[in-house]
Amino acid sequence: MTVLSTIARSRTVAALTSPHGVDHYLSRVNPMWAAHDVRGRVVAVHRETETAGAPVATLTVQPTATWRGHRAGQYVQVGLDLPGSARRMTRCFSISSAASGAGEEFTLTIRSHAEGQVSKYLVDAEPGQLLHLSQAQGDFTLPVSPATPGIDPLLFITGGSGITPAMSMVRTLLRDGYDGRAGRPVTFLHYARSPEDQIFAEELERIAADDNGVTVHLRHGDAVFNELELRRLVPGYRDIDTWACGPAGMLELVRAAYVDNPRLRLELFKPPTTSSGAAEGDLTFADTDRQVANSGASILEQAEEAGLTPVFGCRMGICFSCTARKTEGTVRNVLTGTESSLPDEDIQICVSAPVGDCVVDL
Amino acid sequence: MTTKTHHARLTPEQLEAFGREMDDLRQRILADLGEDDAAYIRDVVKRQQQLEVLGRALFYLPPAWPLAVAALSLSKIIENMEIGHNVMHGQYDWMGDPHLNSRIYDWDNVCPGEQWKYSHNYIHHTFTNILGKDRDIGYGILRMDEDQKWHPYYLGNPVYAFLLMVFFEWGVAMHDLEVENIVKGTRKLEENKALHAGIMRKVRRQALKDYVLFPALTGPFFPLTLAGNAAANLIRNVWAFNIIFCGHFPAGAETFSTEECADGPDGTETRGHWYYRQVLGSANISGGPLFHVLSGNLSHQIEHHLFPDLPARRYPMIATEVQEICERYGIAYTTGPLRKQLASVARKICRLALPDRRTSPAAEAVAQEPLAA
Repeated sequence: MTVLSTIARSRTVAALTSPHGVDHYLSRVNPMWAAHDVRGRVVAVHRETETAGAPVATLTVQPTATWRGHRAGQYVQVGLDLPGSARRMTRCFSISSAASGAGEEFTLTIRSHAEGQVSKYLVDAEPGQLLHLSQAQGDFTLPVSPATPGIDPLLFITGGSGITPAMSMVRTLLRDGYDGRAGRPVTFLHYARSPEDQIFAEELERIAADDNGVTVHLRHGDAVFNELELRRLVPGYRDIDTWACGPAGMLELVRAAYVDNPRLRLELFKPPTTSSGAAEGDLTFADTDRQVANSGASILEQAEEAGLTPVFGCRMGICFSCTARKTEGTVRNVLTGTESSLPDEDIQICVSAPVGDCVVDL
Repeated sequence: MTTKTHHARLTPEQLEAFGREMDDLRQRILADLGEDDAAYIRDVVKRQQQLEVLGRALFYLPPAWPLAVAALSLSKIIENMEIGHNVMHGQYDWMGDPHLNSRIYDWDNVCPGEQWKYSHNYIHHTFTNILGKDRDIGYGILRMDEDQKWHPYYLGNPVYAFLLMVFFEWGVAMHDLEVENIVKGTRKLEENKALHAGIMRKVRRQALKDYVLFPALTGPFFPLTLAGNAAANLIRNVWAFNIIFCGHFPAGAETFSTEECADGPDGTETRGHWYYRQVLGSANISGGPLFHVLSGNLSHQIEHHLFPDLPARRYPMIATEVQEICERYGIAYTTGPLRKQLASVARKICRLALPDRRTSPAAEAVAQEPLAA
């Protein structure tokens, strides 16, 4: 197996199979054979909640042997070929299962959104569904090896489906022998709409009941995060390594409570921002960490105005030299007037203007 | 030197209306892109791969050598023309499939995709047929237009053209080095360092594949396979050269000066004039469906230059409509069978080898021009 994969990854095979590449030929024989690409097959689908309009399901995914595993808290890009559509959609989802090794199964816990074509389809996916994956990504992870936990206490604050990366971390700790006797209390504070909407309800109940040093606080209904409650539950929380993940509103409150404390790590689940009007919001250039007020001009022009020098060519939308990745927000194609709010989308910045807040990798 | 006065003159209002019609046509196709286009390109890839596997396999049967060369040549032609050229134009980027993405795909050609995209997608497609800007006019080697000043060097025009045809992929790879500008002293040798490294990397990979690995895999037939691979590359070179030279250089295809292309505010070119220039600067080749596929649909050079980022299979479908719109505005739409266009290009290559006699080209152009509205 390793001999075969070493051969498949060799330069010789790359030259022989160019220009299409060895993976293209392998996938023609079996979609689960790969030398570089990562793909996965859904092997089981489990409904977590039946929330009207936004049910949640957990998908167990068997990845190809090329999967390098994940650290608890990471996410993966999932590309999906929807039936009847020639456009492959790619979205990011946090991994909810404990840290995985190379080629090992993992789970994705996904909430279906009314306007989210991918999440809606995946929640009702059938076993056997093929997914185009990236390697695991993201730094919202536990800094120490879970097998040898440090002695510092840990705190997780999550809201709604933001529970997934924290769940992966807690599961990893418990699986790898963490039992609280090391004197490292773990506190899990989670907000959900209602008991019926509580993801992983049974497992959380079990974790709370076991003698494992993990304290679980579930808040349902109108309860929102507040600093007073946190101070009561976890005195001295600002000195505790904290992972917070959930809706933007909740994270704002958490951020305010911690001021600029580096012990707080945030993971934002981005809601699609759709606003209309020519020149509203801010345009953020992520790579250079710059932000300008959206002037309504093309992103290329606004970047140049801000002193950046992005690569460009024709400046009229034909040559694709200026293509850059938009990670957040909506852009309007100035030639066609069509708007697009897809996250992590490659756009031609010379003919794209931001509509409201927008983040571009420049 | 003759100045180009034979373009059908359009008023700014006419140009704007013409541009709007082209924009509308483009919009209609963009809105309609979908499964048929995806299925088409995937099918072309599949057939090309079948041909390649067949060709490579037939080299194990020495008596089938001509068949092997034929299959491999066809595979290479389809890969360069209908897949490589078009995918690298970004025609299928909308599918979100990394395999068919212009930023990832690199064709079966010694010219690195990254460099080709710059000189072709940007320089050639933006400044199509503008003298002094579009380096595809004669590729810095040939004299392909009366407005290129004659020099005794150009006496070799037909010889250079023949050599460029035989070594076309190498010519394309060297294109970005702008050797002619280095000779002239307007470009420094250091500017080529990074490009040079990229070309050598690609050349090594291509040579390893066609001239070492595949021949070695056929064991005792090594020399035969090597010769067969070289023959397939040669056939692809000749074909690509001829299709491409018929796209911009037959009689009827026109060149422009920088001044003519500054009809908009602040000396920029209007979108209408850009479309207008694309039509006048290109020429189509008529033929059957198989011919169109083998040319990568560059037989519809006019449609390709109007909409370089739309899937090429759409060009034949919109050709009648484009021609009808052009006729209404009195814009010449040049087309003809391969034999006629080739003869026209060959005549031009020979004629321009010699210094200009009077203004005979204008007479030829007038004969080509349909009645202006």
